[in-house]
Amino acid sequence: MGLERTYEEINEKIKSGKAVVLTAEEVLDLVEEKGIPAAAAEVDVVTTGTFGPMCSSGVFLNLGHPRPRIKITEAYLNGVRAGTGLAAVDIYLGATSLPPTDPGNRSYPGEFAYGGGHVIEDLVAGKEIRLEAHSYGTDCYPLKKIETKFRLAEINEATMFNPRNSYQNYNAAVNISEKTIYTYMGILKPDLGNANYSTSGQLSPLFNDPLLKTIGIGTRIFLGGGIGYVAWNGTQHNPEVERNPGGVPNYPAGTLAVIGDLKGMSPRWLRGLSFLGYGATLQVGLGIPIPILNEEIMAYTAVRDRDILTPVTDYSRSYPHREGGNLGMVSYAELNSGSITLNGRRVPTAPLSSIPGAREIALTLKDWIMSGRFLLSRPAAPLPSAGANITVKPLPQRK
Amino acid sequence: MIKHKLVLRFPASLVEQPLIYRLVKDYDLMVNILRADINPRKEGRLVMEVSGREEKYQQALQWLRDQGLRITNLQQQVIWRSDRCTQCGACSVICPTGALAISRPSMAIRFYEDKCVACEHCIKACPARAMEIYLNNGE
Repeated sequence: MGLERTYEEINEKIKSGKAVVLTAEEVLDLVEEKGIPAAAAEVDVVTTGTFGPMCSSGVFLNLGHPRPRIKITEAYLNGVRAGTGLAAVDIYLGATSLPPTDPGNRSYPGEFAYGGGHVIEDLVAGKEIRLEAHSYGTDCYPLKKIETKFRLAEINEATMFNPRNSYQNYNAAVNISEKTIYTYMGILKPDLGNANYSTSGQLSPLFNDPLLKTIGIGTRIFLGGGIGYVAWNGTQHNPEVERNPGGVPNYPAGTLAVIGDLKGMSPRWLRGLSFLGYGATLQVGLGIPIPILNEEIMAYTAVRDRDILTPVTDYSRSYPHREGGNLGMVSYAELNSGSITLNGRRVPTAPLSSIPGAREIALTLKDWIMSGRFLLSRPAAPLPSAGANITVKPLPQRK
Repeated sequence: MIKHKLVLRFPASLVEQPLIYRLVKDYDLMVNILRADINPRKEGRLVMEVSGREEKYQQALQWLRDQGLRITNLQQQVIWRSDRCTQCGACSVICPTGALAISRPSMAIRFYEDKCVACEHCIKACPARAMEIYLNNGE
């Protein structure tokens, strides 16, 4: 059966400064040199990281009450529309939200220079944020309009809650049409002009625990430069996809919903982005420690880019019209090399997820753990994985 | 021999003058036009690489300025703000000259100013808006 290690044993070693922690990249040489059993005996924790655009991200804010009180029905932060519909001064600002004045794609391709992701970056940077809020007024909440300014430190709570982050694998996007298209996968030039992809491959959290044997509800993580937790499975969580013999999914699969205190985060790891012709979003830095509980987990963390495959998907027709199918499978080693070969042609590749950023997150998390600042948490409950019989459903369309 | 990449901006009134011909004929310079934006009755812009003898080059620059042109070095025009750059690679397949490129195996983005021709494609292709261009301020 080999080695077994508990969360408690790992945390004891972390507290006494004796834990052996390697990043998901660093561990590869060790496993190659010594093999899985010896590496598992040596290593307590493997750290992972990803720093990519993640649209399903946002923050719940409690603004506190003005005098007189207000029950906000419409809110704008630096002009960007925030979601209402909760209690009086609770709002949710989503990463892709835009100002009502944004021209969208009326002047195609739209620039989307400032949206929810940018407000979140400015908030966490401590900048002053302009609030405009409206209401219909009630006996208990008489105020009908307020314009004011505030900083993150001046409001009660700012809780980042991202319903879908850290995708386990993602399509490589191409364009087989005759005109340039502008997508959330970046600018795709016509006639297979480029292939864009977006994961950190062998550094990516869910590739290092492909069957979610350690990552579960309550797992403590690096989120936006601060501390966060896995709250739930992410939306569109799709564990029932084809996998390689190592359990790694060949298609987009698992996702995470994560939560954390925005006040502990950093603008270095929460960055507002503008995708030409698509919209605004947020680049989120996220890292997860994998406890090496046994040799099986060690083997998962030894995954390499060359063994992780993803489908090449056409975003001019197949993706937007949900036609399915793909143009072939490629590995992340091929994608990272700078070009792939499709239909006998060389197609240049570009990552949208920052691999140097992912590496820095894994190294930062390693440093936190080695210095005793960050302990591992045993999940309160597992996330659904392969065998849970979850499939992603399309929206019903009926009259 | 010296070699420089220059951005020339000239008023609408000069658009019809054979300026490049003069640089070659009178100053014995080699001119390689990288980008030209010339329209009737509008300010024109030329991005070019100029090489030749230092003395002649300086004389040519003075002559161009005397004609009313504004001249800047290309390197001062396109700025890679490394603090804004998140080290994704979106720009690397958009940049036509390889000025923005990924170093392997680190996958870090590097900006090679000498390869930049100020085509401006990167400005809006960069999701973090880390590329800036300054074309309207004088020398």
